[in-house]
Parts: sequence; structure tokens; C-alpha cells
Amino acid sequence: MTFPLGYTGVVSGLVSGLIFGYALENAGFASACKLTAQLRFQDWAVFKVMFTAILVSATGLYLLQALGLMSASDIYIPTVFLWATLLGGVGVGAGMSIGGYCPGTSVVAFCSGRLDGLMFFLGLVLGTVVFAGAYDWLKPMLEALPGPQAQTLPQLLHLPTWAVLAILFLVAIAVGRMTRRASDAMPASPATAARGPMPQGS
Amino acid sequence: MTPQPRPLWNPYLAGLVLGLGLLLTFVLTGHGLGASGFTTALAASASKTLAPSATAANAYFGPMTASHNPLDSWITWEVIGLALGALASAVFAGRFRLSLDGPSRLPRARRLALALVGGAVSGFGARVSLGCTSGLGLSGSAVLATAGFLFLIGFFGAGVGIGLLMKRYWQ
Repeated sequence: MTFPLGYTGVVSGLVSGLIFGYALENAGFASACKLTAQLRFQDWAVFKVMFTAILVSATGLYLLQALGLMSASDIYIPTVFLWATLLGGVGVGAGMSIGGYCPGTSVVAFCSGRLDGLMFFLGLVLGTVVFAGAYDWLKPMLEALPGPQAQTLPQLLHLPTWAVLAILFLVAIAVGRMTRRASDAMPASPATAARGPMPQGS
Repeated sequence: MTPQPRPLWNPYLAGLVLGLGLLLTFVLTGHGLGASGFTTALAASASKTLAPSATAANAYFGPMTASHNPLDSWITWEVIGLALGALASAVFAGRFRLSLDGPSRLPRARRLALALVGGAVSGFGARVSLGCTSGLGLSGSAVLATAGFLFLIGFFGAGVGIGLLMKRYWQ
């Protein structure tokens, strides 16, 4: 048997989503305070959670493919468009620093009782309607800027996959050590982190 | 009846569980997790209900709503799972509470307005990049896609820039 299994029905969607939501809420990603504290460099949890998840998943995919259990060509790789991908990221990043969330975490926030999460979610729908309204005007710009040919980091950097994974591991370890030292030096940081998990009502 | 909420997970443990869940998603389906695909389908459906002829004529929503029912999409069920998983976690841990998060130094009405504006900017941006933090930042980077890391550079660049400007509105 080779992976992926091609289960794209209701059950696989629900199971994947349940784990996703359970992990995000337990990470504290339901709170705009906690999420944006990363953008102010007051709390490194967002970086640590995201980077660990990327590394675990990327390593697992690499091992499954190296063992011949997974066919790489059946794994979806999003296409890169240099300016559209970058500027879209700028929009989603700006949205988080203004509104406190990103699309997925606004759902998590609302489901933990936060009303600003619901407002953010309604904003997402509104922004999508605005995009659709401006699509005729935007389309030539988005399509006129094709991305680099290299669709993956190993192709872009001309390195084997294991070397890219090793570099990412080193980045994760370096950031982990640097931010541990920073929080030791600044007694204010642990207090900020401790405030994160509490529901913010005030 | 509501005891002290349980502490959050250690970030590395949360990352491990999230990463294994993402890996399971790839093993089951061949693609990763997402979120903005659902809000796009929802926006198209809402637009179709409110303005059927304008939606059918629209170059973006038209083809999307012509033959497509959101309930047939994997991502709709994934986002329903996301909502249920987050709700279960919040309730089990004693963290569910009706509340208003956001910049605590601003009045409530302005916090809600900022959330709406931020959501609109985010929704627009996620259509420009064809994905959001889940679909590109997390799932794209997990397959070592150039698009995933490029998205994260834009995301953290703008987020940190505007985040530091807004710092005084937070505690």
C-alpha cells in the first residue's frame, strides 16, 4: 500500500480538522493577545509551534518518501507567484496585526467564545467579496508576475531535501536557545507569557 | 462550577501534535490543511444568495458557484472539524468564555471594528496569495514549497511592522 490514500471525503475532513482545532486551541492560538505577542516579540510560542509542526510534518513526509511508502508526485505543492504570494502574505500579516487573527485562528477564537474572532471571520467574507468585485482589474496584475521556476526549497537552493531539513532544524534550535536567553534576561517576558492563556475579558 | 482554566500546552508539544495531524492529513488526502478556501466558498455562496445575477456575472465567483456546492468540498468538513476541535478543547480545559480579546487599551467598539477591518484585509490578502497561514504558511512550508516560505516572509514582515506600530494599544 502506498500513501496518500486519496481519502478526500467527509470523515477525513472532520478528523483532520478536529486534530487541527484541538492542537491550535491548546497552543493558545484562540487569543489575539497571544498571537500578536509574537509580532511584538513578547512571546515566541507562535514561531515555536509553527516551526515545530512544519519540521515534524516535513520530516515525516521525507521519511515516508525515502522508504518508498509515499509517492511524491501525489503530494500537492502550492504554486509560487513571486509578487502575489509575497503580497498576499503581507495582507494576511497586516490583517493579523490589525485584527488579531488569521483565517484559521479566527474560527478557533470564536469557538472558544471570543466575539472579536467572529467579527474577524465576518471581515474575511467581506474582504473576499471585495476581491471578487475587483477581480477583473486585479487579474492581469496577479498573472503578469509569475514566480520562480523552483517550486520547492531543495530545487531553489540546489540542495538535497535532507540538507534543507537539517538547516531548518538548526534555525529552530538557534531561535529556541536565543529566545530562552532573552526571556531569562527580561523578567517581564514570563509574566506576559503567563497572562496569555487566561481569557481576556478586560 | 468553572475552576481555574488548565494551562496551555508547551509550544513544542503543541507543534508536535499539530505536525503529526498535518502529516496524517497528507497521508489521508495528499494535501495539507487550510482555512481560507472555506471562507471563499462561503463568501461566494452568500453572494449568490443575496445577489444571484451579479454573482453569476462575476469573473471570480461566477465559475465557483455555477456547479459547486460547498458541502461537497473537503475543506468545508475540515473547517467544521476545526471548529468542533477548538470548541472541545476550550470546554475540556475550562477556557470557554464569552469574551472580547484584542488590544486591551482600546474601547470595545473599536476593538470589534479593528477585528472586522483586519479580517477584511486578511481575506483579501489570502485571495491574492491563493492561500492563508494554514494552507500556504503551514502546509506549504511542510512540503518545503517555495510559496510557503515566501508567504511567511511577507506575513511576518508586515505583521511585525504593523504589530510594532500598534504596540501601544496592547497592555
